[in-house]
Amino acid sequence: MPAGLPASVPDNAETEYAGETTEVTVREALRDAMAEEMRRDARVFLMGEEVAEYQGAYKVSQGLLDEFGAKRVIDTPITEHGFTGLGTGAAFAGLRPIVEFMTFNFAMQGIDHIINSAAKTRYMSGGQVSAPIVFRGPNGAAARVAAQHSQEYSSWYAHCPGLKVVAPWSAADAKGLLKAAIRDDDPVIFLENEILYGRTGEAPTDPDRIVPIGKAKVVRDGTDVTITGFSLMMETALAAAEMLEQDGIAAEVIDLRTIRPLDTATVVASLKKTNRLVSVEEGWPFAGIGAELCAVAMEQAFDDLDAPVARVCGADVPMPYAANLEKLALPDAERVVQAARAVCYAG
Amino acid sequence: MPSDAAADTGSATRESLISYYRDMLLIRRFEEKAGQLYGMGLIGGFCHLYIGQEAVVTGMQAAIREGDSVITAYRDHGHMLTCGMDPKGVMAELTGRIGGYSKGKGGSMHMFSLEERFYGGHGIVGAQVPLGTGIAFAHKYSGDSGVCLTYFGDGATNQGQVYESFNMAELWDLPVIYVIENNKYGMGTSVERASSTIDLHQRGAAHGIPGEAVDGMDVLAVRAAGEKAVAHARKGDGPFILEMVTYRYRGHSMSDPAKYRSRDEVQKMREERDPIERVKALLASDGAEGDALKEIDREIRGIVNQAAEFAQNSPEPDPAELYTDVLAA
Repeated sequence: MPAGLPASVPDNAETEYAGETTEVTVREALRDAMAEEMRRDARVFLMGEEVAEYQGAYKVSQGLLDEFGAKRVIDTPITEHGFTGLGTGAAFAGLRPIVEFMTFNFAMQGIDHIINSAAKTRYMSGGQVSAPIVFRGPNGAAARVAAQHSQEYSSWYAHCPGLKVVAPWSAADAKGLLKAAIRDDDPVIFLENEILYGRTGEAPTDPDRIVPIGKAKVVRDGTDVTITGFSLMMETALAAAEMLEQDGIAAEVIDLRTIRPLDTATVVASLKKTNRLVSVEEGWPFAGIGAELCAVAMEQAFDDLDAPVARVCGADVPMPYAANLEKLALPDAERVVQAARAVCYAG
Repeated sequence: MPSDAAADTGSATRESLISYYRDMLLIRRFEEKAGQLYGMGLIGGFCHLYIGQEAVVTGMQAAIREGDSVITAYRDHGHMLTCGMDPKGVMAELTGRIGGYSKGKGGSMHMFSLEERFYGGHGIVGAQVPLGTGIAFAHKYSGDSGVCLTYFGDGATNQGQVYESFNMAELWDLPVIYVIENNKYGMGTSVERASSTIDLHQRGAAHGIPGEAVDGMDVLAVRAAGEKAVAHARKGDGPFILEMVTYRYRGHSMSDPAKYRSRDEVQKMREERDPIERVKALLASDGAEGDALKEIDREIRGIVNQAAEFAQNSPEPDPAELYTDVLAA
């Protein structure tokens, strides 16, 4: 196997970054993260459908083929079960694959390898065999593509020991967390969002800057109610917080960023301050991330709760195509506001 | 019995025949002992014995070199022993003890040795095929000239992921040898009842992958075919399929009464096709001393008894091990 750098993710709190930043789209931030890590470590390669010559189905891998060549930026056939397993085998043998799913809907063709091969092998081998692999791609609903192309998978993967699950919102976190995921010695599910690809934000230019996996971030301070979200739902949560402010309710908004391991300490600390929690997610309610947060609140902050935890989720139906029904199936700021007012007993 | 790759018995030295005899006997005695320990309740769950198929891994191992990799499914004890893994560590894994290769957390179907480049031990039928293809990908990527032997059974040849792997392996000229161990039955279903075409070595034809059927009861035929396939893969010509026509004497697993085949069928294979007896006969005709073989028998019994003893005396994993090895430390 090629000599490479030791991979490590510091297990410490995120440090403040005072270095240079530049405005990029989330799409560019993800590309820059992969390019920087591929420059740093020859074992890192990208494979997936249309990642090379087409420059990515969503143009996330723009320019990577030119810089790294066809050996390291590999167009696969449409064969998710096969290349999910192939990538995992390559990871067993010491490489550091980034496997792009055109969307996570198609990852279900390969989910046996994600769970049975990638997530469980370290344990089954008594710690001998690692699977340092990143499975990434857009997750959740895009727009008007109906049920088979609009599903949010965070709770599916977060259920499984042996996996880490990351779902960033901002450009800076998309970059820093993807770099951390590539350096991680365990399989990481990296859930992107098609609608966020075009959003812009400031991201660090320092190639050594990573964002540690497993840390949530308080993105808006407040005292009356805690609202958690991740990925695209952060926009919904923050819009709701603006609306609540008009009503005199100060919402604290937390970007979970990592779903597994979940940063329960940050959520509980906020809950101890606000005594109220609203969870926002695009996924289905049953056994979802909100359900997990309900359990966390009950187990770790029962005496701090002034109201039952409220969940705002995607409707418990396959995603409809009709524009009006699709809108009804997805959380919006108004529903978050209603939930927050309810837990604040603000009528 | 198909034999596209005819064995050239004349090319085998007495030394190599002795070595194959020894390796095959170790597998057989090890498996017999595992069967006994299972009967005593010391081994739990699923336990798939390799008895009857010993010539396949022994011949293939003789065709590869250090630095090459091996991966298989769950009928894996023979592969591990042939790769050079310690019988004690394998048996202790079967008994679920801390001295096992996976500290008792994997069991019969899940053992690994990075030192011997053995990548498992996989319990989902066919899953090891893309995994092995990925290990071959890593060999090519790193330019280390290694190959990966990817074993699977006749049952797995009907899994879709096998063909997804064939396609990528040939498309990218990956150094992988697909070794189909056709032991005639996928659990209790014969190949004829499961497969629309039964010439399994031709299953790569749609992808342009060459394949051969081999007498998997003849270690020399296996070695000869293996050397050809390995040379093909190693020089960059891509994958090769070998269909090893073999037979398992025991049931699919320990709980299988094997009512889907006749006692006579099994008996006939044992008497007429046994891979160990075949080599023994070659050695006798080669003038080998019977005493030397008896000495090997004694030595193997000693190794297996020691493994069984170790496997019973090694402690169970500490309760704290429940939560270790889930993620990197």
